[in-house]
Amino acid sequence: MTAAPSGANAQAGTGDMPSAVGEPAMSKVAITVNGEARELDLDTRTTLLDALREHLHLTGTKKGCDHGQCGACTVMVDGQRINSCLTLAVMHEGDTITTIEGLGAPQNLNAMQAAFVKHDGYQCGYCTPGQICSAVAVLDEIRAGIPSHVSGDLTATPQATVAELRERMSGNICRCGAYSNIVEAIAEVAGRPA
Amino acid sequence: MRSFTYERASSPAEAAAAASAEGAKFIAGGTNLLDLMKLEIETPTHLIDVNDLALDRIETTPEGGLRIGALVRNTDLAADERVRRDYGLLSRALLAGASGQLRNKATTAGNLLQRTRCPYFYDTNQPCNKRQPGSGCAAIGGFSRQHAVIGASEMCIATHPSDMAVAMRVLDATVETVRPDGTARSIPIAEFHRLPGDTPHVENALIPGELITAVTLPRPVGGTHIYHKVRDRASYAFALVSAGAIVQRDGTGHIALGGVAHKPWRVEAAEAELPRGAKAVAEQLLADAKPTQENAFKLPLVERTLAAVLAEART
Ligand SMILES: Cc1cc2nc3c(=O)[nH]c(=O)nc-3n(C[C@H](O)[C@H](O)[C@H](O)COP(=O)(O)OP(=O)(O)OC[C@H]3O[C@@H](n4cnc5c(N)ncnc54)[C@H](O)[C@@H]3O)c2cc1C
Ligand code: SF4
Ligand code: FES
Ligand code: FES
Repeated sequence: MTAAPSGANAQAGTGDMPSAVGEPAMSKVAITVNGEARELDLDTRTTLLDALREHLHLTGTKKGCDHGQCGACTVMVDGQRINSCLTLAVMHEGDTITTIEGLGAPQNLNAMQAAFVKHDGYQCGYCTPGQICSAVAVLDEIRAGIPSHVSGDLTATPQATVAELRERMSGNICRCGAYSNIVEAIAEVAGRPA
Repeated sequence: MRSFTYERASSPAEAAAAASAEGAKFIAGGTNLLDLMKLEIETPTHLIDVNDLALDRIETTPEGGLRIGALVRNTDLAADERVRRDYGLLSRALLAGASGQLRNKATTAGNLLQRTRCPYFYDTNQPCNKRQPGSGCAAIGGFSRQHAVIGASEMCIATHPSDMAVAMRVLDATVETVRPDGTARSIPIAEFHRLPGDTPHVENALIPGELITAVTLPRPVGGTHIYHKVRDRASYAFALVSAGAIVQRDGTGHIALGGVAHKPWRVEAAEAELPRGAKAVAEQLLADAKPTQENAFKLPLVERTLAAVLAEART
Protein backbone atom coordinates (compact mmCIF):
# COMPACT_ATOMS: atom_id res chain seq x y z
CA MET A 1 0.00 0.00 0.00
CA THR A 2 1.35 3.37 -0.97
CA ALA A 3 1.97 5.98 1.67
CA ALA A 4 -0.62 8.67 2.24
CA PRO A 5 0.10 11.87 0.38
CA SER A 6 1.39 14.55 2.70
CA GLY A 7 -1.46 16.93 1.90
CA ALA A 8 -4.56 16.28 3.97
CA ASN A 9 -6.84 16.37 0.94
CA ALA A 10 -7.09 17.38 -2.68
CA GLN A 11 -6.87 21.07 -1.93
CA ALA A 12 -3.86 20.87 0.30
CA GLY A 13 -0.29 21.49 -0.76
CA THR A 14 2.72 19.82 0.88
CA GLY A 15 4.40 21.15 3.95
CA ASP A 16 8.08 21.31 3.07
CA MET A 17 9.06 24.38 1.11
CA PRO A 18 11.75 23.59 -1.41
CA SER A 19 14.60 26.08 -1.27
CA ALA A 20 15.12 28.82 -3.81
CA VAL A 21 17.36 27.94 -6.75
CA GLY A 22 18.98 30.18 -9.34
CA GLU A 23 19.95 33.84 -9.48
CA PRO A 24 17.10 36.08 -8.43
CA ALA A 25 15.67 38.28 -11.18
CA MET A 26 14.66 41.76 -10.08
CA SER A 27 11.88 43.89 -11.46
CA LYS A 28 10.42 47.31 -10.60
CA VAL A 29 6.75 47.85 -9.93
CA ALA A 30 4.70 50.95 -9.11
CA ILE A 31 1.44 50.42 -7.23
CA THR A 32 -0.93 52.58 -5.20
CA VAL A 33 -1.60 51.10 -1.77
CA ASN A 34 -4.29 52.61 0.44
CA GLY A 35 -4.07 55.88 -1.50
CA GLU A 36 -0.29 56.14 -1.42
CA ALA A 37 1.93 55.72 -4.49
CA ARG A 38 4.65 53.15 -3.82
CA GLU A 39 7.58 51.97 -5.93
CA LEU A 40 9.30 48.70 -5.28
CA ASP A 41 12.25 46.84 -6.74
CA LEU A 42 11.42 43.19 -6.16
CA ASP A 43 12.57 39.66 -6.80
CA THR A 44 10.05 38.57 -9.47
CA ARG A 45 9.00 35.71 -7.16
CA THR A 46 7.53 38.12 -4.58
CA THR A 47 3.80 37.64 -4.19
CA LEU A 48 1.60 40.66 -3.66
CA LEU A 49 1.07 39.36 -0.12
CA ASP A 50 4.79 39.32 0.66
CA ALA A 51 5.25 42.74 -0.97
CA LEU A 52 2.57 44.18 1.32
CA ARG A 53 3.78 42.51 4.48
CA GLU A 54 7.56 42.29 4.11
CA HIS A 55 8.33 45.28 1.92
CA LEU A 56 5.60 47.80 2.78
CA HIS A 57 5.21 46.54 6.38
CA LEU A 58 1.43 46.43 6.08
CA THR A 59 1.06 43.40 8.31
CA GLY A 60 -2.72 43.62 8.68
CA THR A 61 -3.07 41.29 5.70
CA LYS A 62 -2.34 37.77 6.93
CA LYS A 63 -0.69 34.70 5.46
CA GLY A 64 -2.55 31.53 6.36
CA CYS A 65 -1.99 28.82 3.77
CA ASP A 66 -0.11 30.72 1.02
CA HIS A 67 -2.01 28.53 -1.52
CA GLY A 68 -5.38 30.18 -2.11
CA GLN A 69 -7.20 27.92 0.33
CA CYS A 70 -8.01 30.11 3.32
CA GLY A 71 -8.69 33.74 2.33
CA ALA A 72 -6.59 35.28 5.14
CA CYS A 73 -4.64 37.23 2.50
CA THR A 74 -7.72 38.78 0.83
CA VAL A 75 -7.18 42.36 -0.39
CA MET A 76 -8.93 44.47 -2.99
CA VAL A 77 -7.23 45.25 -6.29
CA ASP A 78 -8.97 47.90 -8.38
CA GLY A 79 -12.03 47.29 -6.22
CA GLN A 80 -12.11 43.48 -6.58
CA ARG A 81 -11.23 41.02 -3.84
CA ILE A 82 -8.45 38.56 -4.62
CA ASN A 83 -6.08 36.22 -2.76
CA SER A 84 -2.85 38.22 -2.57
CA CYS A 85 -0.84 35.02 -2.00
CA LEU A 86 -1.60 33.70 -5.51
CA THR A 87 -0.56 36.73 -7.52
CA LEU A 88 2.86 38.21 -8.26
CA ALA A 89 3.53 41.78 -7.17
CA VAL A 90 5.17 42.56 -10.53
CA MET A 91 1.89 41.74 -12.27
CA HIS A 92 0.23 44.73 -10.57
CA GLU A 93 1.96 47.66 -12.27
CA GLY A 94 -0.36 50.69 -11.99
CA ASP A 95 -2.95 48.89 -9.85
CA THR A 96 -4.77 50.34 -6.86
CA ILE A 97 -4.69 48.12 -3.78
CA THR A 98 -6.77 48.42 -0.63
CA THR A 99 -5.82 46.45 2.46
CA ILE A 100 -7.49 46.28 5.87
CA GLU A 101 -5.35 49.30 6.91
CA GLY A 102 -6.90 51.27 4.05
CA LEU A 103 -10.48 50.47 5.02
CA GLY A 104 -10.29 52.15 8.41
CA ALA A 105 -8.19 52.67 11.53
CA PRO A 106 -8.90 51.86 15.20
CA GLN A 107 -10.06 55.44 15.85
CA ASN A 108 -11.94 55.57 12.59
CA LEU A 109 -13.47 52.18 11.81
CA ASN A 110 -15.39 51.67 8.60
CA ALA A 111 -18.89 50.24 8.87
CA MET A 112 -17.84 46.62 8.31
CA GLN A 113 -15.04 46.82 10.86
CA ALA A 114 -17.41 48.34 13.41
CA ALA A 115 -20.00 45.63 12.74
CA PHE A 116 -17.42 42.88 13.28
CA VAL A 117 -16.53 44.45 16.63
CA LYS A 118 -20.18 44.83 17.62
CA HIS A 119 -21.11 41.24 16.68
CA ASP A 120 -17.91 39.62 17.92
CA GLY A 121 -17.14 38.37 14.42
CA TYR A 122 -13.85 36.77 15.47
CA GLN A 123 -12.04 35.01 18.26
CA CYS A 124 -8.26 34.96 17.67
CA GLY A 125 -8.62 37.56 14.91
CA TYR A 126 -6.16 36.01 12.47
CA CYS A 127 -8.66 35.53 9.66
CA THR A 128 -10.44 38.82 10.38
CA PRO A 129 -8.66 41.26 8.03
CA GLY A 130 -9.33 38.86 5.16
CA GLN A 131 -12.93 38.33 6.28
CA ILE A 132 -13.58 42.08 6.42
CA CYS A 133 -11.98 42.84 3.02
CA SER A 134 -13.94 39.95 1.54
CA ALA A 135 -17.20 41.07 3.19
CA VAL A 136 -16.91 44.62 1.86
CA ALA A 137 -16.32 43.23 -1.64
CA VAL A 138 -19.18 40.72 -1.30
CA LEU A 139 -21.69 43.52 -0.74
CA ASP A 140 -20.26 45.35 -3.78
CA GLU A 141 -20.60 42.16 -5.85
CA ILE A 142 -24.23 41.74 -4.81
CA ARG A 143 -24.92 45.40 -5.66
CA ALA A 144 -23.25 44.83 -9.05
CA GLY A 145 -25.73 41.98 -9.67
CA ILE A 146 -23.17 39.16 -9.78
CA PRO A 147 -24.97 35.84 -9.15
CA SER A 148 -23.73 33.05 -6.87
CA HIS A 149 -23.98 29.28 -6.59
CA VAL A 150 -27.10 29.64 -4.40
CA SER A 151 -28.91 32.24 -6.53
CA GLY A 152 -32.18 30.54 -7.52
CA ASP A 153 -32.90 32.41 -10.73
CA LEU A 154 -29.74 33.33 -12.64
CA THR A 155 -31.41 36.20 -14.44
CA ALA A 156 -32.85 37.81 -11.27
CA THR A 157 -31.06 40.47 -9.21
CA PRO A 158 -29.30 38.76 -6.27
CA GLN A 159 -30.24 39.78 -2.71
CA ALA A 160 -28.04 39.87 0.39
CA THR A 161 -29.79 36.95 2.11
CA VAL A 162 -27.99 34.92 4.75
CA ALA A 163 -27.71 31.98 2.33
CA GLU A 164 -26.10 34.28 -0.24
CA LEU A 165 -23.68 35.77 2.30
CA ARG A 166 -22.60 32.36 3.55
CA GLU A 167 -21.95 31.04 0.06
CA ARG A 168 -20.13 34.17 -1.06
CA MET A 169 -17.92 34.17 2.06
CA SER A 170 -16.90 30.50 1.67
CA GLY A 171 -13.43 31.49 0.45
CA ASN A 172 -12.63 32.80 3.93
CA ILE A 173 -11.97 30.06 6.45
CA CYS A 174 -12.18 30.82 10.19
CA ARG A 175 -10.32 28.30 12.30
CA CYS A 176 -12.10 29.64 15.39
CA GLY A 177 -15.50 29.08 13.81
CA ALA A 178 -16.84 32.61 14.27
CA TYR A 179 -19.00 32.15 11.18
CA SER A 180 -22.43 32.88 12.64
CA ASN A 181 -21.25 36.18 14.14
CA ILE A 182 -19.46 37.07 10.92
CA VAL A 183 -22.69 36.59 8.98
CA GLU A 184 -24.58 38.73 11.50
CA ALA A 185 -22.06 41.53 11.09
CA ILE A 186 -22.27 41.45 7.30
CA ALA A 187 -26.05 41.20 7.33
CA GLU A 188 -26.25 44.29 9.51
CA VAL A 189 -24.09 46.30 7.12
CA ALA A 190 -26.18 44.98 4.23
CA GLY A 191 -29.20 46.38 6.06
CA ARG A 192 -30.90 43.04 6.66
CA PRO A 193 -31.63 41.04 9.78
CA ALA A 194 -29.49 37.87 10.03
CA MET B 1 10.16 28.76 -5.84
CA ARG B 2 12.76 28.81 -8.63
CA SER B 3 13.71 32.22 -9.94
CA PHE B 4 12.40 33.38 -13.29
CA THR B 5 12.50 36.39 -15.56
CA TYR B 6 9.25 38.17 -16.34
CA GLU B 7 7.79 39.99 -19.32
CA ARG B 8 4.42 41.45 -20.26
CA ALA B 9 3.47 40.51 -23.80
CA SER B 10 1.64 43.08 -25.91
CA SER B 11 0.22 40.95 -28.73
CA PRO B 12 -0.93 37.32 -29.00
CA ALA B 13 1.56 36.56 -31.79
CA GLU B 14 4.42 38.05 -29.77
CA ALA B 15 3.36 36.07 -26.70
CA ALA B 16 3.20 32.78 -28.60
CA ALA B 17 6.59 33.37 -30.23
CA ALA B 18 8.18 34.16 -26.85
CA ALA B 19 6.57 31.13 -25.20
CA SER B 20 8.14 28.63 -27.58
CA ALA B 21 11.49 29.21 -25.84
CA GLU B 22 12.68 26.48 -23.45
CA GLY B 23 11.40 27.04 -19.90
CA ALA B 24 8.91 29.76 -20.83
CA LYS B 25 5.30 29.73 -19.64
CA PHE B 26 2.28 31.99 -19.86
CA ILE B 27 0.77 33.37 -16.70
CA ALA B 28 -2.84 34.59 -16.63
CA GLY B 29 -4.67 34.71 -13.27
CA GLY B 30 -1.78 32.80 -11.72
CA THR B 31 -4.07 30.93 -9.32
CA ASN B 32 -2.96 27.48 -10.46
CA LEU B 33 0.50 28.18 -11.84
CA LEU B 34 1.81 30.06 -8.78
CA ASP B 35 0.40 27.43 -6.44
CA LEU B 36 2.41 24.80 -8.36
CA MET B 37 5.52 27.00 -8.69
CA LYS B 38 5.67 27.45 -4.93
CA LEU B 39 5.91 23.67 -4.61
CA GLU B 40 8.37 23.46 -7.55
CA ILE B 41 5.99 21.19 -9.41
CA GLU B 42 6.11 23.82 -12.16
CA THR B 43 9.53 25.38 -12.65
CA PRO B 44 9.38 27.91 -15.49
CA THR B 45 12.48 30.06 -15.98
CA HIS B 46 10.59 32.77 -17.85
CA LEU B 47 7.02 33.99 -17.35
CA ILE B 48 5.05 35.71 -20.08
CA ASP B 49 2.23 37.74 -18.56
CA VAL B 50 -0.70 37.66 -21.00
CA ASN B 51 -2.96 40.04 -19.06
CA ASP B 52 -2.32 42.99 -21.43
CA LEU B 53 -3.42 41.12 -24.56
CA ALA B 54 -6.92 42.64 -24.70
CA LEU B 55 -8.44 39.15 -24.76
CA ASP B 56 -10.94 40.05 -22.06
CA ARG B 57 -14.09 40.66 -24.09
CA ILE B 58 -17.19 38.54 -24.71
CA GLU B 59 -18.55 39.15 -28.20
CA THR B 60 -21.53 37.84 -30.13
CA THR B 61 -20.42 35.82 -33.18
CA PRO B 62 -21.98 36.19 -36.66
CA GLU B 63 -23.48 32.70 -36.14
CA GLY B 64 -25.35 33.91 -33.06
CA GLY B 65 -23.00 32.30 -30.54
CA LEU B 66 -20.46 33.86 -28.19
CA ARG B 67 -16.73 34.40 -28.47
CA ILE B 68 -15.22 34.45 -24.98
CA GLY B 69 -11.75 36.00 -24.77
CA ALA B 70 -9.12 33.77 -23.11
CA LEU B 71 -8.56 36.37 -20.38
CA VAL B 72 -12.22 36.84 -19.39
CA ARG B 73 -12.35 36.28 -15.64
CA ASN B 74 -14.51 33.45 -14.31
CA THR B 75 -16.60 35.99 -12.33
CA ASP B 76 -17.24 38.15 -15.39
CA LEU B 77 -18.14 35.17 -17.56
CA ALA B 78 -20.56 33.79 -14.98
CA ALA B 79 -22.18 37.22 -14.56
CA ASP B 80 -22.48 38.10 -18.25
CA GLU B 81 -26.15 38.70 -19.10
CA ARG B 82 -26.04 36.63 -22.29
CA VAL B 83 -24.37 33.72 -20.52
CA ARG B 84 -26.89 33.82 -17.67
CA ARG B 85 -29.80 33.87 -20.12
CA ASP B 86 -28.64 31.52 -22.90
CA TYR B 87 -25.87 29.37 -21.42
CA GLY B 88 -26.99 29.06 -17.78
CA LEU B 89 -25.11 25.79 -17.45
CA LEU B 90 -21.84 27.69 -17.91
CA SER B 91 -22.69 30.28 -15.24
CA ARG B 92 -23.76 27.52 -12.87
CA ALA B 93 -20.58 25.48 -13.38
CA LEU B 94 -18.34 28.51 -12.88
CA LEU B 95 -20.17 29.61 -9.74
CA ALA B 96 -19.85 26.11 -8.29
CA GLY B 97 -16.06 26.34 -8.55
CA ALA B 98 -13.40 27.77 -6.23
CA SER B 99 -14.22 30.97 -4.26
CA GLY B 100 -15.24 34.53 -5.06
CA GLN B 101 -11.65 35.71 -4.68
CA LEU B 102 -10.28 33.01 -6.97
CA ARG B 103 -12.97 33.51 -9.62
CA ASN B 104 -12.08 37.21 -9.77
CA LYS B 105 -8.60 36.22 -10.98
CA ALA B 106 -9.12 32.89 -12.74
CA THR B 107 -9.37 33.15 -16.53
CA THR B 108 -11.20 31.13 -19.17
CA ALA B 109 -7.97 29.70 -20.62
CA GLY B 110 -6.32 29.14 -17.25
CA ASN B 111 -9.38 27.29 -15.99
CA LEU B 112 -9.30 24.87 -18.95
CA LEU B 113 -5.58 24.29 -18.37
CA GLN B 114 -5.61 23.89 -14.59
CA ARG B 115 -3.84 20.74 -13.51
CA THR B 116 -5.11 17.81 -11.49
CA ARG B 117 -5.68 17.93 -7.74
CA CYS B 118 -4.38 14.39 -7.25
CA PRO B 119 -2.70 14.67 -3.83
CA TYR B 120 0.27 12.59 -4.98
CA PHE B 121 0.84 14.99 -7.87
CA TYR B 122 1.09 17.72 -5.20
CA ASP B 123 3.39 15.73 -2.92
CA THR B 124 6.87 15.92 -4.46
CA ASN B 125 8.10 13.06 -2.26
CA GLN B 126 5.83 10.59 -4.07
CA PRO B 127 6.17 8.93 -7.45
CA CYS B 128 3.91 10.49 -10.06
CA ASN B 129 4.04 9.91 -13.81
CA LYS B 130 2.33 13.19 -14.49
CA ARG B 131 4.79 15.27 -12.46
CA GLN B 132 7.85 13.15 -13.23
CA PRO B 133 7.31 10.89 -16.27
CA GLY B 134 8.43 7.32 -15.62
CA SER B 135 8.47 7.57 -11.82
CA GLY B 136 5.28 5.54 -11.28
CA CYS B 137 1.84 6.31 -9.93
CA ALA B 138 1.39 6.45 -6.18
CA ALA B 139 -2.39 6.75 -6.47
CA ILE B 140 -2.74 3.28 -7.98
CA GLY B 141 -2.84 1.13 -4.84
CA GLY B 142 -2.80 4.28 -2.72
CA PHE B 143 -5.51 6.63 -1.53
CA SER B 144 -7.70 6.97 -4.59
CA ARG B 145 -11.05 8.16 -3.30
CA GLN B 146 -11.01 11.25 -5.53
CA HIS B 147 -9.62 9.57 -8.61
CA ALA B 148 -10.93 8.57 -12.02
CA VAL B 149 -13.32 5.66 -12.49
CA ILE B 150 -13.19 5.64 -16.27
CA GLY B 151 -10.76 6.37 -19.10
CA ALA B 152 -7.73 6.00 -16.81
CA SER B 153 -4.56 4.04 -17.59
CA GLU B 154 -1.91 1.95 -15.84
CA MET B 155 0.14 5.15 -15.74
CA CYS B 156 -2.32 7.61 -14.18
CA ILE B 157 -5.80 7.66 -12.67
CA ALA B 158 -6.08 11.42 -12.07
CA THR B 159 -9.18 13.48 -12.78
CA HIS B 160 -9.48 16.88 -14.44
CA PRO B 161 -10.72 19.22 -11.72
CA SER B 162 -12.45 21.94 -13.78
CA ASP B 163 -16.17 22.56 -13.41
CA MET B 164 -16.19 25.05 -16.29
CA ALA B 165 -14.74 22.49 -18.68
CA VAL B 166 -17.70 20.16 -18.06
CA ALA B 167 -20.10 22.91 -19.14
CA MET B 168 -17.94 23.77 -22.16
CA ARG B 169 -18.07 20.10 -23.22
CA VAL B 170 -21.87 19.99 -23.02
CA LEU B 171 -22.05 23.28 -24.93
CA ASP B 172 -19.77 21.99 -27.75
CA ALA B 173 -17.31 24.85 -27.30
CA THR B 174 -14.31 25.41 -29.58
CA VAL B 175 -10.89 26.51 -28.34
CA GLU B 176 -9.18 29.11 -30.56
CA THR B 177 -5.41 29.41 -30.49
CA VAL B 178 -2.36 31.05 -32.03
CA ARG B 179 0.77 28.96 -32.54
CA PRO B 180 4.34 30.25 -32.20
CA ASP B 181 4.64 30.49 -36.01
CA GLY B 182 1.70 32.90 -35.97
CA THR B 183 -0.92 30.55 -37.43
CA ALA B 184 -4.31 30.22 -35.79
CA ARG B 185 -6.41 27.08 -35.34
CA SER B 186 -9.65 25.93 -33.74
CA ILE B 187 -9.79 22.83 -31.54
CA PRO B 188 -13.18 21.29 -30.68
CA ILE B 189 -13.44 20.90 -26.90
CA ALA B 190 -13.98 17.14 -27.35
CA GLU B 191 -10.44 16.91 -28.76
CA PHE B 192 -8.85 19.42 -26.40
CA HIS B 193 -8.26 17.41 -23.22
CA ARG B 194 -6.60 14.01 -23.46
CA LEU B 195 -6.90 10.75 -21.63
CA PRO B 196 -3.73 9.83 -19.71
CA GLY B 197 -2.64 6.79 -21.75
CA ASP B 198 1.15 6.34 -21.64
CA THR B 199 1.81 10.07 -21.41
CA PRO B 200 -0.20 11.50 -18.50
CA HIS B 201 2.00 14.61 -18.48
CA VAL B 202 0.59 15.52 -21.91
CA GLU B 203 -2.82 16.81 -20.93
CA ASN B 204 -4.17 18.59 -23.97
CA ALA B 205 -3.81 19.21 -27.69
CA LEU B 206 -1.72 22.39 -27.41
CA ILE B 207 1.83 22.43 -28.78
CA PRO B 208 4.59 24.22 -26.82
CA GLY B 209 4.04 27.97 -26.90
CA GLU B 210 0.52 27.73 -28.32
CA LEU B 211 -1.65 30.50 -26.87
CA ILE B 212 -5.38 30.19 -26.30
CA THR B 213 -7.00 33.38 -27.58
CA ALA B 214 -10.68 32.56 -27.11
CA VAL B 215 -13.32 29.93 -26.50
CA THR B 216 -16.35 30.12 -28.77
CA LEU B 217 -19.84 28.79 -28.14
CA PRO B 218 -22.32 27.85 -30.86
CA ARG B 219 -25.82 29.38 -30.99
CA PRO B 220 -27.84 28.74 -27.83
CA VAL B 221 -29.90 25.54 -27.98
CA GLY B 222 -32.50 26.48 -25.34
CA GLY B 223 -33.60 23.82 -22.87
CA THR B 224 -33.18 23.64 -19.11
CA HIS B 225 -29.59 24.17 -17.97
CA ILE B 226 -28.46 22.31 -14.85
CA TYR B 227 -25.14 21.78 -13.09
CA HIS B 228 -25.07 19.48 -10.07
CA LYS B 229 -21.86 19.23 -8.10
CA VAL B 230 -21.41 16.70 -5.29
CA ARG B 231 -18.54 17.47 -2.93
CA ASP B 232 -17.32 16.95 0.62
CA ARG B 233 -18.52 20.38 1.74
CA ALA B 234 -21.24 22.62 0.34
CA SER B 235 -18.90 25.25 -1.09
CA TYR B 236 -15.22 25.86 -1.96
CA ALA B 237 -14.37 22.23 -2.68
CA PHE B 238 -13.62 20.23 -5.81
CA ALA B 239 -16.19 17.81 -7.19
CA LEU B 240 -16.35 14.16 -6.26
CA VAL B 241 -18.86 13.86 -9.08
CA SER B 242 -20.56 16.56 -11.09
CA ALA B 243 -23.04 16.52 -13.94
CA GLY B 244 -23.74 19.28 -16.43
CA ALA B 245 -26.85 18.95 -18.55
CA ILE B 246 -29.12 20.66 -21.03
CA VAL B 247 -32.49 18.92 -21.10
CA GLN B 248 -35.18 19.77 -23.65
CA ARG B 249 -38.95 19.64 -23.08
CA ASP B 250 -39.24 16.38 -25.03
CA GLY B 251 -36.76 14.73 -22.66
CA THR B 252 -33.80 14.71 -25.07
CA GLY B 253 -30.61 16.53 -24.20
CA HIS B 254 -26.87 16.63 -23.65
CA ILE B 255 -24.92 15.61 -20.59
CA ALA B 256 -21.31 15.40 -19.36
CA LEU B 257 -19.72 14.36 -16.08
CA GLY B 258 -16.94 15.91 -14.02
CA GLY B 259 -14.85 14.25 -11.31
CA VAL B 260 -14.81 10.84 -12.96
CA ALA B 261 -12.13 11.02 -15.66
CA HIS B 262 -9.02 12.78 -16.95
CA LYS B 263 -11.31 15.04 -18.96
CA PRO B 264 -14.98 16.02 -18.97
CA TRP B 265 -16.76 12.73 -19.65
CA ARG B 266 -19.36 12.79 -22.39
CA VAL B 267 -20.65 9.83 -24.37
CA GLU B 268 -23.06 10.91 -27.09
CA ALA B 269 -24.64 7.42 -27.26
CA ALA B 270 -25.63 7.72 -23.59
CA GLU B 271 -27.61 10.86 -24.37
CA ALA B 272 -30.00 8.77 -26.48
CA GLU B 273 -30.98 7.05 -23.21
CA LEU B 274 -32.04 10.30 -21.51
CA PRO B 275 -35.77 9.74 -22.00
CA ARG B 276 -35.34 6.31 -20.31
CA GLY B 277 -33.98 7.79 -17.11
CA ALA B 278 -30.87 8.09 -14.97
CA LYS B 279 -30.05 4.40 -14.64
CA ALA B 280 -29.98 3.83 -18.38
CA VAL B 281 -27.88 6.94 -18.97
CA ALA B 282 -25.42 6.09 -16.20
CA GLU B 283 -25.01 2.53 -17.52
CA GLN B 284 -24.07 3.83 -20.97
CA LEU B 285 -21.85 6.62 -19.68
CA LEU B 286 -19.88 4.34 -17.38
CA ALA B 287 -20.02 1.12 -19.39
CA ASP B 288 -16.25 0.61 -19.26
CA ALA B 289 -15.71 1.96 -15.75
CA LYS B 290 -12.85 0.47 -13.73
CA PRO B 291 -13.10 2.04 -10.29
CA THR B 292 -10.70 1.32 -7.44
CA GLN B 293 -12.00 -0.06 -4.19
CA GLU B 294 -11.88 3.42 -2.71
CA ASN B 295 -13.77 5.22 -5.41
CA ALA B 296 -16.32 2.59 -6.45
CA PHE B 297 -18.86 4.77 -4.62
CA LYS B 298 -18.69 7.16 -7.55
CA LEU B 299 -20.67 4.79 -9.79
CA PRO B 300 -23.91 4.85 -7.76
CA LEU B 301 -23.20 8.51 -7.02
CA VAL B 302 -23.22 9.27 -10.74
CA GLU B 303 -26.56 7.55 -11.17
CA ARG B 304 -28.09 9.43 -8.25
CA THR B 305 -26.66 12.73 -9.44
CA LEU B 306 -28.17 12.11 -12.87
CA ALA B 307 -31.49 11.24 -11.24
CA ALA B 308 -31.38 14.58 -9.38
CA VAL B 309 -30.59 16.39 -12.63
CA LEU B 310 -33.48 14.76 -14.47
CA ALA B 311 -35.85 15.42 -11.57
CA GLU B 312 -34.86 19.08 -11.60
CA ALA B 313 -35.33 19.22 -15.37
CA ARG B 314 -38.95 18.09 -14.96
CA THR B 315 -39.85 20.78 -12.42
C1 LIG C 1 -8.24 26.57 -3.22
C2 LIG C 1 -8.67 26.42 -4.66
C3 LIG C 1 -9.92 25.86 -4.93
C4 LIG C 1 -10.34 25.72 -6.26
N1 LIG C 1 -11.54 25.13 -6.51
C5 LIG C 1 -11.93 24.92 -7.79
C6 LIG C 1 -13.16 24.26 -8.09
O1 LIG C 1 -13.92 23.89 -7.20
N2 LIG C 1 -13.48 24.07 -9.40
C7 LIG C 1 -12.67 24.49 -10.42
O2 LIG C 1 -13.03 24.29 -11.58
N3 LIG C 1 -11.50 25.09 -10.16
C8 LIG C 1 -11.12 25.32 -8.89
N4 LIG C 1 -9.92 25.92 -8.63
C9 LIG C 1 -8.99 26.15 -9.74
C10 LIG C 1 -9.15 27.47 -10.43
O3 LIG C 1 -10.36 27.46 -11.17
C11 LIG C 1 -7.95 27.63 -11.38
O4 LIG C 1 -6.81 27.84 -10.58
C12 LIG C 1 -8.08 28.77 -12.34
O5 LIG C 1 -9.21 28.60 -13.17
C13 LIG C 1 -6.84 28.89 -13.22
O6 LIG C 1 -6.94 30.05 -14.02
P1 LIG C 1 -5.76 31.14 -14.02
O7 LIG C 1 -6.12 32.17 -15.02
O8 LIG C 1 -5.47 31.62 -12.66
O9 LIG C 1 -4.58 30.22 -14.56
P2 LIG C 1 -2.95 30.32 -14.41
O10 LIG C 1 -2.61 29.83 -13.08
O11 LIG C 1 -2.54 31.72 -14.77
O12 LIG C 1 -2.55 29.36 -15.55
C14 LIG C 1 -2.84 27.97 -15.53
C15 LIG C 1 -2.13 27.33 -16.73
O13 LIG C 1 -2.66 27.80 -17.95
C16 LIG C 1 -1.65 28.35 -18.77
N5 LIG C 1 -2.28 29.48 -19.49
C17 LIG C 1 -2.95 30.52 -18.92
N6 LIG C 1 -3.49 31.29 -19.88
C18 LIG C 1 -3.17 30.72 -21.08
C19 LIG C 1 -3.46 31.04 -22.45
N7 LIG C 1 -4.19 32.12 -22.78
N8 LIG C 1 -2.98 30.22 -23.41
C20 LIG C 1 -2.24 29.13 -23.09
N9 LIG C 1 -1.93 28.78 -21.82
C21 LIG C 1 -2.40 29.57 -20.83
C22 LIG C 1 -0.53 28.73 -17.83
O14 LIG C 1 0.72 28.70 -18.49
C23 LIG C 1 -0.65 27.65 -16.78
O15 LIG C 1 0.02 26.50 -17.21
C24 LIG C 1 -9.49 26.14 -7.32
C25 LIG C 1 -8.27 26.72 -7.04
C26 LIG C 1 -7.85 26.87 -5.72
C27 LIG C 1 -6.51 27.49 -5.45
S1 SF4 D 1 -2.93 9.50 -10.58
FE1 SF4 D 1 -1.71 10.61 -12.09
S2 SF4 D 1 -1.33 12.55 -11.06
FE2 SF4 D 1 -1.88 11.08 -9.44
S3 SF4 D 1 0.03 10.10 -8.75
FE3 SF4 D 1 -0.78 8.83 -10.39
S4 SF4 D 1 0.31 9.64 -12.19
FE4 SF4 D 1 0.45 11.23 -10.63
S1 FES E 1 -2.86 32.88 2.54
FE1 FES E 1 -3.79 33.34 0.64
S2 FES E 1 -5.54 32.10 0.68
FE2 FES E 1 -4.49 31.42 2.45
S1 FES F 1 -11.09 34.41 14.41
FE1 FES F 1 -9.55 32.89 14.65
S2 FES F 1 -9.43 32.12 12.64
FE2 FES F 1 -11.16 33.38 12.50
